[in-house]
Amino acid sequence: MNAHVADTHEHHGPEKGLMRWITTTNHKDIGSLYLWFSLIMFLIGGVMALIIRAELFQPGLQFVDPQFFNSMTTMHALIMIFGALMPAFVGLANWMIPMMIGAPDMALPRMNNWSFWILPFAGTLLVATLFVEGGAPASGWTMYPPLVLQTGAAFPMLIFSVHLLGFSSIMGSINIIATIMNLRAPGMTYMKMPLFVWTWFITAYLLIATMPVLAGAVTMLLTDKYFATSFFDAAGGGDPVMFQHIFWFFGHPEVYILILPAFGIVSQIIPTFARKPLFGYSSMVYATASIAFLSFIVWAHHMFTVGMPVAAELFFMMATMLIAVPTGVKVFNWVSTMWRGSMTFETPMLFAIGFVMMFTIGGFSGLMMAMTPIDFQYHDTYFIVAHFHYVLVPGAIFSVMAAVYYWLPKWTGNMYDESLGKFHFWISTIFVNILFFPQHFVGLAGMPRRIPDYSVQFTDFNMISTVGAFGFGLSQLLFVYIIIKTVRGGEKATDQVWEGAEGLEWTLSSPPEYHTFTVQPDVK
Amino acid sequence: MSNTAGNHYYVPNGTKWPFIGSVGLTTLIVGFINLLNGSENGKYVMIVGALILTYMLFGWFGQVIEESENSTYGAWEDKSFRLGMSWFIFSEVMFFAAFFGALFYARVLSVPWLGGAGDDADTNRMLWEGFQAVWPTNGPGELGGEYEVMAAWGLPALNTLILLTSGVTVTWAHHALKKDNRKHLIIGLALTVALGFLFVFLQAIEYKEAYHTGLTLGSGIYGSTFFMLTGFHGLHVTLGAIMLTVMLVRSMRGHFTSKNHFAFEAAAWYWHFVDVVWLGLFIFVYWL
Repeated sequence: MNAHVADTHEHHGPEKGLMRWITTTNHKDIGSLYLWFSLIMFLIGGVMALIIRAELFQPGLQFVDPQFFNSMTTMHALIMIFGALMPAFVGLANWMIPMMIGAPDMALPRMNNWSFWILPFAGTLLVATLFVEGGAPASGWTMYPPLVLQTGAAFPMLIFSVHLLGFSSIMGSINIIATIMNLRAPGMTYMKMPLFVWTWFITAYLLIATMPVLAGAVTMLLTDKYFATSFFDAAGGGDPVMFQHIFWFFGHPEVYILILPAFGIVSQIIPTFARKPLFGYSSMVYATASIAFLSFIVWAHHMFTVGMPVAAELFFMMATMLIAVPTGVKVFNWVSTMWRGSMTFETPMLFAIGFVMMFTIGGFSGLMMAMTPIDFQYHDTYFIVAHFHYVLVPGAIFSVMAAVYYWLPKWTGNMYDESLGKFHFWISTIFVNILFFPQHFVGLAGMPRRIPDYSVQFTDFNMISTVGAFGFGLSQLLFVYIIIKTVRGGEKATDQVWEGAEGLEWTLSSPPEYHTFTVQPDVK
Repeated sequence: MSNTAGNHYYVPNGTKWPFIGSVGLTTLIVGFINLLNGSENGKYVMIVGALILTYMLFGWFGQVIEESENSTYGAWEDKSFRLGMSWFIFSEVMFFAAFFGALFYARVLSVPWLGGAGDDADTNRMLWEGFQAVWPTNGPGELGGEYEVMAAWGLPALNTLILLTSGVTVTWAHHALKKDNRKHLIIGLALTVALGFLFVFLQAIEYKEAYHTGLTLGSGIYGSTFFMLTGFHGLHVTLGAIMLTVMLVRSMRGHFTSKNHFAFEAAAWYWHFVDVVWLGLFIFVYWL
């Protein structure tokens, strides 16, 4: 390196005012932007969920017309997946990966700014579909043709917001890969990396391999609607089912994009509060890689009922059930880490344990529907809704909350209010189960998803579920309050924050300097 | 060389370019959306968006080139750029994979099924009686009417030769750059750029002929896969040729050294990538 580099690398603080946030190349600023964006989208998507649950409180049509109801299920999913969960995980990656591997920042800081600053534009485009002629997309987030082609003026908005969101994810993932491969501190070998870094490393590969495929799929939808192509039209030799294959080739890895970083977070938190190193570190890494590999060869289990050769049904059934093996390894390792540990139950640990319990419930119902003949009964029922909400809400979202409680003292320098945090955990856990557990029963009894009305025999469980939904939704206002309160002040956090915490990020001050590890540490 | 203790990684100060890029991109897209929804004004919005994007590209790349010429970047930063470009190209490969996937699905599964293959004899008998599954096809509905199949051994074969030759000339330029032979570098690059644009020109002629003989985007699954695959490829060739043109201009201005020329290599990688995609196209779209 020549002397010039030292000149350009002056230590400086952030710019002042709004321009700081628009122009920032700092991984901590960008991480915060991602997290705030995610929180806002989480609340918007949450309101949509409450509209759905209010309508389903009793049979018959009460509040919204069926078209708008379908728009709500579609938009709720798109906003929660692309607007809330994915940006939350990318935000955590931005904040934590450089600090965990001893890097001065992300590898490509300007592109990092762009990955974030596409999101508010894409999100606005998506939310704006609510206000155009024909209403918001109502075909389900999976956008199956030919139904999706009947969307009104919102159709091209939907397609291009998906393009933009994908563009952002690809740039974000490239950055994460380059950072992990190139900016690890001396001595930080791959097999010494914290598990959160490992799971994100693998997730980033899932993203760059599948987001372009989604872009291709929605491009074909666009040309089918406006430019006379017939990819998904049998009269022209195409096939609507082909869309489903291409979509789910993206869609299944996408499911793991939403859960692998959660595995990473839980694998950071449990050892800290069990005061024991993670049990089976290397098996965790291999299990994550196996899950990622398998995610590419199981997609058609989302479409067992659409019709495909029996050999294909069998293959996708077997491959899907194989996923239970590496996932089982993970759950076993988390439990074994806690075995005979000196455990304490601060809020992040409560959320992490809640994750292990309730994610596993979702995992088991997933195994049930992996079996082709049984899935014929479950397909498109509330049982499916219950399943994926168990893995995504008390699964993925709980992990994000755990991460926020775990690292908020590091980010802000202030401790959150522990008793409020615990209270937030308990009401969230109670209400989330009231919300989603009854959906298993109505689903098994045959209640279809994505329909605003239902037979009277499903009423009791739906009422319980709606009560849970409003309880869970209101509980999250407490979460917002706790975050804002902690950002504004509170008891000062120590550098290590948690007694059992280990890793480079805990060697930094709380809050950390604007630029950290400009000189890389030596990892023994 | 890279991450030994005491080394500094270059972390740039704040930048306005990405935000301007987002504004430009969104303007372009909103214009296109309006156009698709039937508002003619969309065109003008699109032009404004494209101008903003162009301004951003000049500004952002201009800044990076200046930093590069000022030796702001060392081997460590260089490796990040290399990783970034390689994985970006990988994502592009996956984008084409979606369209190749659609082609294979149609040829191997959906068209034979419509013709009654497998368990689908009834589909054929009840819905599309008399439809024979042959490739190419515009489907049992004969969408788009009569058309002529693109022959592999006319213009497409010539274009294959052109692209393969351009792969050789860009490698020649690279070797010249590594030996500090500026003259051969410029000649090699100029030839590559010329061959690249010649390819695009011949593609345009081929498209014109296709539309003349009735083969359009609306010619069923054959027309769809043919134009979408070759169209996106042509777009990427154009992009690659523009990248190489920038490299040519920079070479003429005396940029790059035998040791330090990541931008040139990135453009060359991209060029080889479009080359390989073309070989796939030539084999599966034109030939077989």
